[in-house]
Amino acid sequence: MKKQGLQNIKNANKSFASVTILAALILISLIGAGCLGQETDNNVVVSGSTSILPLAQSLSEKYMEIHNETVISVKGGGSGTGIAELIDGSNDIAMASRKIKDTEVTNAQANGINPVEHMIAKDGIAVIVHPANPVKNLTLEQLQKIYSGEIRNWSEVGGNDEEIAAIARDSSSGTQEFFTEAVMGDVELRSDLITQSATGAVTQEVMQNQKAIGFINAAYQNANLKTIGLDVNGTVFMPTEENVLSEKYPLSRGLYLYTDANVKEQADEFIQYIFSTEGQKIVREMGYTAVQ
Amino acid sequence: MKRNMRNFNEKTMKFLFFIGGIGTILILLLICFFLLAETANFLKTYPIWDFLTGTEWKPDEASRKFGLLPLLAGTFITTFGAVLLAVPIGILSAVYIAELAGPKTAEILKPAVELLAGIPSVVLGFFGLVLLVPTFQSAFDLTTGQTALTGSIILAIMALPTIISVSEDAISSVPASLKQGSFALGSNHWQTIYKVTIPAALSGISAAVILGVGRAIGETMAVMMVTGNMAIIPWSEPFLSSVRTITATIALEMGEVAQGTEHYYALFTIGAVLFLLTIIINGIADAVKRKHHRGE
Amino acid sequence: MKTGKTAYRKKQDAYQKIAFGLMKISTAVVVMVLLLIIGDIVIKGAPSLTIEFLTQMPKNQMTEGGILSCLVGTIELVILALSVAVPLGIVAAVYLTEYASEGKVKRFVEQAVNNLAGTPSIVFGLFGMAFFVKYIGLPQSLLTSSLTMGLLILPVIIRTTQEALLSVPQSYRDASMALGITKWETIRHVVLPAAYSGMLTGIIISIGRAAGETAPILLTGAVYFYPKLPDSVFSPFMALSYHLYVMATEGMNIELTRGIQYGTALVLIILVFSMNLIAVGLRRHYRKKGIGSN
Repeated sequence: MKKQGLQNIKNANKSFASVTILAALILISLIGAGCLGQETDNNVVVSGSTSILPLAQSLSEKYMEIHNETVISVKGGGSGTGIAELIDGSNDIAMASRKIKDTEVTNAQANGINPVEHMIAKDGIAVIVHPANPVKNLTLEQLQKIYSGEIRNWSEVGGNDEEIAAIARDSSSGTQEFFTEAVMGDVELRSDLITQSATGAVTQEVMQNQKAIGFINAAYQNANLKTIGLDVNGTVFMPTEENVLSEKYPLSRGLYLYTDANVKEQADEFIQYIFSTEGQKIVREMGYTAVQ
Repeated sequence: MKRNMRNFNEKTMKFLFFIGGIGTILILLLICFFLLAETANFLKTYPIWDFLTGTEWKPDEASRKFGLLPLLAGTFITTFGAVLLAVPIGILSAVYIAELAGPKTAEILKPAVELLAGIPSVVLGFFGLVLLVPTFQSAFDLTTGQTALTGSIILAIMALPTIISVSEDAISSVPASLKQGSFALGSNHWQTIYKVTIPAALSGISAAVILGVGRAIGETMAVMMVTGNMAIIPWSEPFLSSVRTITATIALEMGEVAQGTEHYYALFTIGAVLFLLTIIINGIADAVKRKHHRGE
Repeated sequence: MKTGKTAYRKKQDAYQKIAFGLMKISTAVVVMVLLLIIGDIVIKGAPSLTIEFLTQMPKNQMTEGGILSCLVGTIELVILALSVAVPLGIVAAVYLTEYASEGKVKRFVEQAVNNLAGTPSIVFGLFGMAFFVKYIGLPQSLLTSSLTMGLLILPVIIRTTQEALLSVPQSYRDASMALGITKWETIRHVVLPAAYSGMLTGIIISIGRAAGETAPILLTGAVYFYPKLPDSVFSPFMALSYHLYVMATEGMNIELTRGIQYGTALVLIILVFSMNLIAVGLRRHYRKKGIGSN
């Protein structure tokens, strides 16, 4: 009986030892692979605006087909996140759907980064509602009042008698900042906004919520959403490519990539590609407005 | 000779363990230090009273309002709802598995609970987003299905396995002799359970509930996906309103803060509040354990 | 000797029936919730589970292709995080249980560990980002995320290992020492093996958390898209958990990619469950051999 126990202990120790050795081997091989890993200089890190994210991802996919030594990683997080990471040196290219702020430029320079702006596309902010919503147009003033909380019911703007579910983005969003500047001005946003972490999430909620209203970049429009026309002094404008380019559509903006002045070569080449005919073609295909 | 070798080994191991133990603890304490240091930085420029009583969280540069209350309300409401759901169901299930279920049933149930525990929070958040949110919206005719209630349900599902398995462990560790004594005195099974078994396992059960509450308070992804992230204090209809938790706020905003800004420190400060809540809850759990032991 | 039941007995029996009924219902609710969630994900995710899905990289704006990079990323993350946390955790737990002398310091330390075990994952994420990325300057990478994730699971491993060690009867140690075996040898050959099943519980829980937690890797290394498998610990990586999150909230084609989202969720669950199964099997193996603490 006792011998059996001791034997069991020995066996248990053996299995434990073998598991430990196995784990150590895996660990060593991983680290070994890491140490022998490629130079990270071919890595280009792109992060920031979720409005630009799909575009950047498509562009990088196509770019890497041609230049397969360069490895581009793409991440969202919001315009604010992208610029913060540029300032910290965590990324090579920051995607921002708003212009960089003066305070951010100061912070960057304090860190030795000199931001260079590249406007790679133009984009309209589309105001979206559920397809079943009867409202067709809104004036900028009405839009402002909805988002300040002054107008709370769809019936006040010609819709059904239902409470308005106003959807916005979080504070790191360039789309959110642009909207606040362009539509709200000095008027404060209402406190009870449904906050979503990304443009995609906004579209999701609006697609399934008949009371919802949200704003997204025009490229994210799809058949399951209804875009509201913006009424400017009697004329209604939709965020078409033409209207955005000519800025007749009131909520038109540029989409920017920011880099350090001393950005690495591979990143710079990628940006040049975006400005090329091929790159701008992809911009158009994705539903954004080309700049060239 | 061999004796000296063994002594040497002994002393070496003791030393290594000491280093390892202390080192690990120091690493963990580093986290506390960071939280406190950045909180201090925040309170240098932002009045603590405004922070503790502020009803608005608007971090944008125009407003710069960092009020804790709406976030605290969000955390509290979702956690409270989760506890209401998970604790009764959890403890009852734990007792069932430990005391009533036949060995074959228990063999199925325990892995089942562990399975539930294994479901990652983001999957539950996803499930809540695609199934619960639309369902709630139509069922209750709400402005949106993203509510505190949706969050509470998901949190309850997350807390349940912890509560069940740790409670079950505690209950089945109660010595058979205690239970047999009770039966010998004429109690039936249920009486034994609530008079003898549960009190004997109380410290374990409390620990289980505390761990469960801790999971609920600390959950980020799931609540970020289903509560609507509305930074308000929902005076009317707290459960059917959208809310925002402390955790979601940190996750939503931590990417964009530049080091050294007020917003950056503010996020650490609410992180510290969250941490403090955890400490308080653990302290309560400890007090329960000690009181129980004294009672014996 | 009375042969019928007293009124007291009858009342107690009635209470018992009610109580037991409630217990059964509760357990049934738990099982039903489990089946509902798993069922939904399996049904909607299974169609996406093809060989291509598991062996290809995402293509065409993430609307096609597979999740190979996420799968590999998650596995590597878990292994690295465990290799950080398990050794450190066991050492710390052994120290606390076997070597440290009772007193205020030990109690304070145990309190700290308990508190950190309950600390929200986002706090670890915030710390990881602030400390490893911003303060030390590590790049957002597999390494940074693993370190952060390791910190997250460390307290849990310490706690559960400690509980396992504590439940080893003191008599084992005493008997061993009485035979002339030294303390370290006792720990290594008697106490630790007896605590294996409990320790494995902690590791089981930690595997699931490391694979499924998203908050710690949000800003320490996980990315939306990385075209290759992580070839170095310093590269960014994709992970199943993060992938599910961004696909469900950030993509342009959320409705289109719903199948991929469900597929990702399913793969993540299968991965976690199979790791759990292995650990449960190991635990049963040790218990059967009579070296369990229970």
